[in-house]
Amino acid sequence: MDMRTPLGKVRGLGSAKSGTEHFWRVRTTSLALVPLLVFYVVFLIIYAGKPYAEVVGALANPFVATINGLTVIASIIHMRLGMEEIIQDYIHSEITKLVLLILNAFFSLAVGGLCLFAVLKIAFAG
Amino acid sequence: MANVTNNRPLSPHLQIYKFIPTMAMSIVHRITGGALYFGTLLVAAWLIAAASGEEYFNQVNWLFGSIIGQLVLFGYTWALLHHLLGGLRHIMWDVGYGFEKEFSTMLAKANLVASIALTVLVWVIVLIVR
Repeated sequence: MDMRTPLGKVRGLGSAKSGTEHFWRVRTTSLALVPLLVFYVVFLIIYAGKPYAEVVGALANPFVATINGLTVIASIIHMRLGMEEIIQDYIHSEITKLVLLILNAFFSLAVGGLCLFAVLKIAFAG
Repeated sequence: MANVTNNRPLSPHLQIYKFIPTMAMSIVHRITGGALYFGTLLVAAWLIAAASGEEYFNQVNWLFGSIIGQLVLFGYTWALLHHLLGGLRHIMWDVGYGFEKEFSTMLAKANLVASIALTVLVWVIVLIVR
């Protein structure tokens, strides 16, 4: 008889030994991104092509800045995990895979860091 | 001795399958995801320019406003909306619904139609507002 719980059975499984963590994070970030991106698209519809002062003024609004920051965070986690899946699926050479996974992590964090800094700078310093 | 291995039937390979809507939307979901990955650079460029001052912002705005910029942004809008709608289909499957053949085929087609329609709608609104 199997005494293990369903959760105990899946913990630590998969080629990355991280169980369902990857799957779960992709799904939670995707759920978060649905309302965030709807907001983002509406924001861009309103402010596309508008002059600098108006756009920066809107981006400096605390509510907009918060949504903006959350969108950046959810996006970079989601895109990093998604690209990880693509690399693991299609790249079979161990060394190339490793290099691409590291580049993926660096790229995502770099883009995320730059975006977050920009969002915060606009919010606090204009 | 006869060469038996040469006459054995092969198992069907990828190219003999008819390319059905669910297959097509599956790979399009991944391709749009990959495109959005690099498209993030556009958002980053826009945000950083806005944070860097009026001169940079106007330069990026000029680039995005050019014909090529507008085409790229139009494609980016479509990729985003298509991936978003495709993601909702995946969430539905994750919780155990919508696996019936007719329904999933219908939804795969609807995903494409809705993403194109929404993209056009967004851009029509943008052009009217502007």
